[in-house]
Amino acid sequence: MRWWWWIPLLLFAGFLGVAAYQLTQPKNDLVPSAMVGKPLPEFDLRAAAEGMPGASTADFHDGKPRLLNIWASWCLPCIAEAPQLDQLKQEGAEIVGIAIRDRPEDVAAFLARHGNPYTHVGADDLSQVQLAIGSSGVPETFVIDGEGVIRYQHIGDIRAEHVPILLEKLREAGE
Amino acid sequence: MFLFGFMAQPLAAQQSLPPAPYAYRQLENPAKEAEAQALMETLRCLTCQSQSIADSDAPMAGDMRHQVRTRIAAGEEPEAIRAWLVERYGDYVSYAPVMSETTWPLFAIPLLLLAGAGSILWRRLRRVR
Repeated sequence: MRWWWWIPLLLFAGFLGVAAYQLTQPKNDLVPSAMVGKPLPEFDLRAAAEGMPGASTADFHDGKPRLLNIWASWCLPCIAEAPQLDQLKQEGAEIVGIAIRDRPEDVAAFLARHGNPYTHVGADDLSQVQLAIGSSGVPETFVIDGEGVIRYQHIGDIRAEHVPILLEKLREAGE
Repeated sequence: MFLFGFMAQPLAAQQSLPPAPYAYRQLENPAKEAEAQALMETLRCLTCQSQSIADSDAPMAGDMRHQVRTRIAAGEEPEAIRAWLVERYGDYVSYAPVMSETTWPLFAIPLLLLAGAGSILWRRLRRVR
């Protein structure tokens, strides 16, 4: 037997090793947006609830960094993140909401029950803004700088440990 | 009845808005609809992840079908729509294979293996003769 006859077997063993290692790794289900670093797409949404202004790209061009929260009244993790959004508001963050596929009465009921951290809430009935911004679910939160450029994306509900990260990203976006 | 109570539970998290107009309705022009259908079968549903948007009943997939159909009806090229989505979600959203910095070995390795097998075979056959 020549030594190099073992090469295919070693390659195969190496392949098995890589496959076995990958099987033990946790699955990553997150779909990051490729829009981070790019300007916010153009949109102009009607108000999602009575008595609140709607949301448009123009709201993000006054030099002040903001959070853009993609959520919905039918989304359960959005209830879980409501206290954290409220805390972000207390710490001085301005939050613009976009409600996905939602009815005005449901939005109003959600805000009455879980608090209203938003300055604006737009209604995205056909998920058009959600698709344009590269968001693949609710909730997601984007940091938008004062020139309307997307600077950071947080996927999933905001937990207590994410609040300082988002505040830091907002501060960086304001520099 | 008790069982039905459990089955109704997930509905609490469901959406009350009706599907987008073109989520389940075909385009009036059959040629355009065929174009849209071919594209939808090669776009990934982002909330279900292992289905195409043509196969999925997720509301977001419905909204994506609506967007694909209305854009095709407006005369946009299918590949332009795919590019628009890839610009937002990366190659992940598309099932159509592309050669890129990370995927080229998938195309190169089979060719190398074929070439290797071919050369071994050629040498063996020559020796036999």
